[in-house]
Amino acid sequence: MSKLYVARNPRVAARSLDGEMMIMSGRDSTLFTLNKTATILWQAADGATSLDEIVKLRICSEFDVEPAEALQDAENLARELASREILEVSEEPIPHRNPAGASR
Amino acid sequence: MWLWAYTVFARVQKGKHRSDFPLSHLVTEVAHLSLVIEIGGMPVRVNTFDPAFLELLERRYSGFVNDSGDAEIEFDVELTPPNPADRDADVEVKYRFGRWSLSRGDFRAEWEPSARRGWIRQSANPYAIDAVLRIVHTLVLARQGGFLLHSASAIRNGKAFLFAGVSEAGKTTISRVAPPDVTLLTDEISYVRKSADGYLAFGTPFTGELGKLGENVSAPISTLYLLAKGHENRIEPITPGEATRSLLANLLFFAEDEALIQATFHSAFDFVSRVPVAKLTFVPDARVWELIA
Repeated sequence: MSKLYVARNPRVAARSLDGEMMIMSGRDSTLFTLNKTATILWQAADGATSLDEIVKLRICSEFDVEPAEALQDAENLARELASREILEVSEEPIPHRNPAGASR
Repeated sequence: MWLWAYTVFARVQKGKHRSDFPLSHLVTEVAHLSLVIEIGGMPVRVNTFDPAFLELLERRYSGFVNDSGDAEIEFDVELTPPNPADRDADVEVKYRFGRWSLSRGDFRAEWEPSARRGWIRQSANPYAIDAVLRIVHTLVLARQGGFLLHSASAIRNGKAFLFAGVSEAGKTTISRVAPPDVTLLTDEISYVRKSADGYLAFGTPFTGELGKLGENVSAPISTLYLLAKGHENRIEPITPGEATRSLLANLLFFAEDEALIQATFHSAFDFVSRVPVAKLTFVPDARVWELIA
């Protein structure tokens, strides 16, 4: 399996409140709320760290889960969020861009 | 799926060019065909050459017509023949080349913020211009940290209270049963403006089923209540996340504009960090007001 890289879409607005990440699409105003693990993925999605590294370093180290299962679920989530233009997914590192809607 | 989850909440009648027309008559005529509607402290001048339409506006915005003459924005209204256009059609609000373009089934409008001018093309009805005003106010407020909220609001003892909720949640009911010492700001759409110390609520002419215009006054917002009808009157705390989601769900915003959407999103968080938000379950009678002071 080739490596996947994920990056937060700078065109969304995001805020964390009491550990709950809320994200609003600048395209259609849809509001998303991420749970704890999805929030970890979102916060680690810097475009430079591969998805398997994120899962290994940030997920498997904290949760009792099989790495392969966690990676598959993480990839499914990343692609779902990418389809909603919340995340960007690429097989190459994603260059850093100005985070106009960066999370706070 | 293991552990991973996300939730989607998700002008011009052509002037009569008559050299023998007395100037004083002209001045009088122009003055009668323009009025300033001031909502939330923002005066908007509306120009029309149709006396009947002007009278319609004066009645519609009674209490919100400012005679001082100064305006921050000016619109020329061109009246078109009546048509059965759909007022329930989707609103389109887009910003291109320095101009906002607003349209719905029953109107088209443009507004150029830098020039502080615009035009509205509609038939002689109050609904289209009402929609234009709401949209323009949301656009202006978004840049200032404020917003329009789908909620009733009222002032009691110098403090403003907001009552948010979807249709049938009780906005009109709680407004209707308010005791005499309560000043009603609106039973449908609240006007929220950021201030140095917090947030202010202003009265609006935007009415719901009550059909009564709000008083054109303002006060600091004390509490935002999320309404629910029930079998007893009680106030319950809610989490900041639930408060923010509910606030966002009740915001009025129309523009397809990423920067303003993001600004409004952050304004909601700021509001929740400064203004208490609680759930208000109530029996639909006046006793609920014993909890609100």
